[in-house]
Amino acid sequence: MAPLVSIEGLSIAFNDVPVLRGVDLALGRGEALGLVGESGSGKSVTWLAALGLLPRHAKVSGSVRLDGRELLGAPAAELDHVRGGRVAMIFQDPASALNPVLTIRKQLCEALALHRDLQGEAVKAEAKRLLDLVGIPDAARRLSAYPHEFSGGQVQRIMIAMALAGNPDLLIADEPTTALDATIQAQILELLSTIRREMSMAMVLISHDLGVVAENCDRVAVMYAGRIVEQAPSNQLFADPVHPYAQGLIGALPPLDGPRRRLTAIPGTVPDPAHMPSGCAFAPRCALAAEPCGLAAPSLALISDDRTVACIRAEASRRTLLGMAAE
Amino acid sequence: MSAPLVEVSMISRSYSMRSGMFGRATAVHAVDGVSLAIAKGETLGLVGESGSGKSTTGRIVLGLEPPDRGEVRFDGKPMAALGTAAWRTQRARMQMIFQDPLGALDRRLPVATQIREPLDIHGLGTPAEREERVRELLRAVELTPAHGARYPGALSGGQRQRIVLARALATKPDFLVCDEPVSALDVSIQAQVVNLLCDLQAQLGLTLLFISHDLRVVRQISTIVAVMYLGRIVEIGSADDLFARPEHPYTQALVSASPAPGRRSAGRIVLAGDPPNPAARPQGCAFHPRCPRAIARCASEVPALSAVGGNRQVACHLVTGAETRDAA
Repeated sequence: MAPLVSIEGLSIAFNDVPVLRGVDLALGRGEALGLVGESGSGKSVTWLAALGLLPRHAKVSGSVRLDGRELLGAPAAELDHVRGGRVAMIFQDPASALNPVLTIRKQLCEALALHRDLQGEAVKAEAKRLLDLVGIPDAARRLSAYPHEFSGGQVQRIMIAMALAGNPDLLIADEPTTALDATIQAQILELLSTIRREMSMAMVLISHDLGVVAENCDRVAVMYAGRIVEQAPSNQLFADPVHPYAQGLIGALPPLDGPRRRLTAIPGTVPDPAHMPSGCAFAPRCALAAEPCGLAAPSLALISDDRTVACIRAEASRRTLLGMAAE
Repeated sequence: MSAPLVEVSMISRSYSMRSGMFGRATAVHAVDGVSLAIAKGETLGLVGESGSGKSTTGRIVLGLEPPDRGEVRFDGKPMAALGTAAWRTQRARMQMIFQDPLGALDRRLPVATQIREPLDIHGLGTPAEREERVRELLRAVELTPAHGARYPGALSGGQRQRIVLARALATKPDFLVCDEPVSALDVSIQAQVVNLLCDLQAQLGLTLLFISHDLRVVRQISTIVAVMYLGRIVEIGSADDLFARPEHPYTQALVSASPAPGRRSAGRIVLAGDPPNPAARPQGCAFHPRCPRAIARCASEVPALSAVGGNRQVACHLVTGAETRDAA
């Protein structure tokens, strides 16, 4: 089956500094894909570029297709139909995404009027239905409230309701729970997965939290310095990470049970995009780096049916892991 | 056990808050009857969601804010009054690290100067000794003297937090309050800073009060963990044991809400309702409106923190030592 979204060779540069350096990604209908990586790895910018939301001075090249139609450089009218209609996006800080001086009803109805052919009472009924759907109690009355009258978790629910207004095929959730408390994060993640199932909507979950991604996605892509370094079904990635960076990320996470061990920190820091090392960007921090790693950036290669890794030392890194397990 | 270095008994702190310009002032109980004891060289982890009073507790322990009631004793002596000479001497022995290192550093001064500042203020050593101490501190946090000449803007987030840590250690404190010190850092850098904190603590025999919302980080670094909810401690116990077998329904929900790679969300406890508003604290047990196991008594009577075996203490009417342990 043809994928819903396919991204090929997407590269982005700001003022001639490359921040995304050739990303290939495909997303099936109804699939939940997780994107993990540290700040500056290009997780968010990938999707901002795909939807044409970057400032004009950003140089974008490559291809982003939605149902086979090219989005990069598409006319504004077509993008207006895609954004908020077929592809919706929610962000980390929901409070700043709402207008503080308009009621929730006004803002929800605006989204509905733009993307759905509804008029008059039907719009209001639909707005109420959406608020019910995302679990805002007493929806009919709360429609006339202003954003500040809701708690942080409720505001994120309202953002989700607005995102659903256009009946999207794809929801991009960019760190949707990072600003929320643990118990509220659990509520929002559960809401997202229920809605996704009921509306058979695809989702891209962008997060720095490996646990959040592992539990809520079918497939995970790990990004480092503007590239995808490993892609795998989420249960496999966390049980058996292959790329040394993915291994490092998982080793750096303190366990919640079992014996306490010293964290295996990745030495050094993320490279400066303006002074990228030649070859593999992770090599300077990598324990397994060998001479050829500095020569050319490795490309993503299949290591099994549904897993790809961009590392020429993948075999060695797997052996180390297996060796450790055998001991 | 030797006498605790830091002893907090029944501290409370409330603020008055007005709703709107003409609204009536209501008292917000940020901290309500909290008692803690931290032995020398130990780390006490304080976890809780926003508004649980964990940061206020940290500020009171450090004397940055006076408690309305209750007392903080440091090394057997009560805290001196704010701003006095005795307080200043005491404060050189206790330091604080905050979440945002960029906010805690002056962007217009080289970081080495900032590390030296506490030495200048407390008049420790000759100028030459101070310079040497700064170099020593930079090495201790695994940075080089070259880093010291830079401005905060030219350092990464992890490096900045190391500078803040070096500055906090300048006066050779015995006690450090860390308020979400690694929350703003990326996972791989977070692990570096957590390891560094553990190493420094072992080397210098530091006593820590470690405040965080991240259960994993708290478990990694603490010997004892206290869980706070709306200004009160609801459960306290040893770090290894507390998250493995949480007793209080709130701790159980927190542990269950902490996502783990490799574990699907089967059987997750998802609490209904919003995080509580400290200005409208529910009667009885503050957690009862969200508690899946609440009974009538929970709505009227505040449960006291009581021992349930081992070194665990729980404030819940439904957890009464032996019987619940057997049932589990």
